[in-house]
Amino acid sequence: MQDLFNIFIKAIFIENMIFAYFLGMCSYLAVSRTVKTSMGLGVAVVFVLGITVPVDYLINKYLLLPGALSWLSPSFADVDLSFLSFIIFIAVIASMVQLVEMVIEKVSPTLYTSLGIFLPLIAVNCAILGGSLFMQEREYATITEATVFGLGSGVGWLLAIVAIAAIREKIRYSNVPEPLRGLGITYIITGLMGIAFMSFMGIKL
Amino acid sequence: MSEIKEKEPLFSAKNRKLLTVPLGRENPITVQVLGICSALAITVKLEPSVVMALSVVFVLAVSNVVISILRKMIPPRIRIITQLIVIASLVIIVDQVLKAFVYDVSKQLSVFVGLIITNCIIMGRLEAFGMANKPWPSFLDGIGNGIGYGFILVIVGFFRELLGSGTLWNYQLIPQFIYDMGYKNNGFVILPPMALIVVGILVWMQRTRDRVLIEDN
Repeated sequence: MQDLFNIFIKAIFIENMIFAYFLGMCSYLAVSRTVKTSMGLGVAVVFVLGITVPVDYLINKYLLLPGALSWLSPSFADVDLSFLSFIIFIAVIASMVQLVEMVIEKVSPTLYTSLGIFLPLIAVNCAILGGSLFMQEREYATITEATVFGLGSGVGWLLAIVAIAAIREKIRYSNVPEPLRGLGITYIITGLMGIAFMSFMGIKL
Repeated sequence: MSEIKEKEPLFSAKNRKLLTVPLGRENPITVQVLGICSALAITVKLEPSVVMALSVVFVLAVSNVVISILRKMIPPRIRIITQLIVIASLVIIVDQVLKAFVYDVSKQLSVFVGLIITNCIIMGRLEAFGMANKPWPSFLDGIGNGIGYGFILVIVGFFRELLGSGTLWNYQLIPQFIYDMGYKNNGFVILPPMALIVVGILVWMQRTRDRVLIEDN
């Protein structure tokens, strides 16, 4: 239990997808104009990460790793398919996004229309693929750990995009130097927020 | 392609423009806001920045050409999956080549080689250009945008390595006597947030020079 909690907190604050790794920056910069849409996108990202990371974990463990196929027959023990992981992970993500899209359209058409173009964009959000690749690199021991890591990274991303959207809503009333408006100031604020988040690095978990 | 009616010179004015516009006014990172995800984390040093830039130029140019050749055969409903598969196969090639020849750099880039797949520049250019144009202009567009992206990467990598470690391409540039006089490497520049601030400053400089690009918050 303690371990899972540590992984969760670490994924949100210390290894935050946006502030420590810059993953999912494109949609982060493009969609963060209002808090409402960022919240919608953030929740969708949490959801997709929470599904794809464990699915990719199983695929990685039982299909791709060196010797992973030995459950099929001992003669496959030296098969190493790990070079295929990019293509399989991205296929899983793309199909999951498609699935999520169909489910949301059926269950809640209002949410579906309010998210609009941002839903399919999740497929090319680097945070999602990054989650799976980090999961592979860090070799989590159980599927629960992988799921918690996926959810934690998603929540960290959600936190970051909602925070920047709130700041951008307020900054409209301040007098930013003209050439810095929009993109420039958003970069710099993100940098400053990253510095603030670095203070969490001191926490030993 | 059978529909070519008049022969256009390979480097006509229009084609040259495809190469040069992404360097300035249509720069992928500072103007189109594409491909930032993997761009910032690997610019701590110059060497990985250059390797990353070259990989992206390769993947972008080749995938643009492939999609442009296939563009009439791809059903619109599944085009995103098709594009992703083309990109992913090229990225696998790049990943394997990097692992074989420059293993150290490939270790430094870690997951970011794989993340070229979701690099929005590539998807963005395929959607915006490859799907609608002939192979040769698509190739030039890919090269142009790749270089525009790499250009920013190299500038950021240059400053971060020089200020942060006093080296360039792992070669000591700031001589010892300056350190003896009390100069210290600015360790802060190596940390992730500074990449954002450096890019922010580049955006600021570009927009000061080219006021057309100024946006209203």
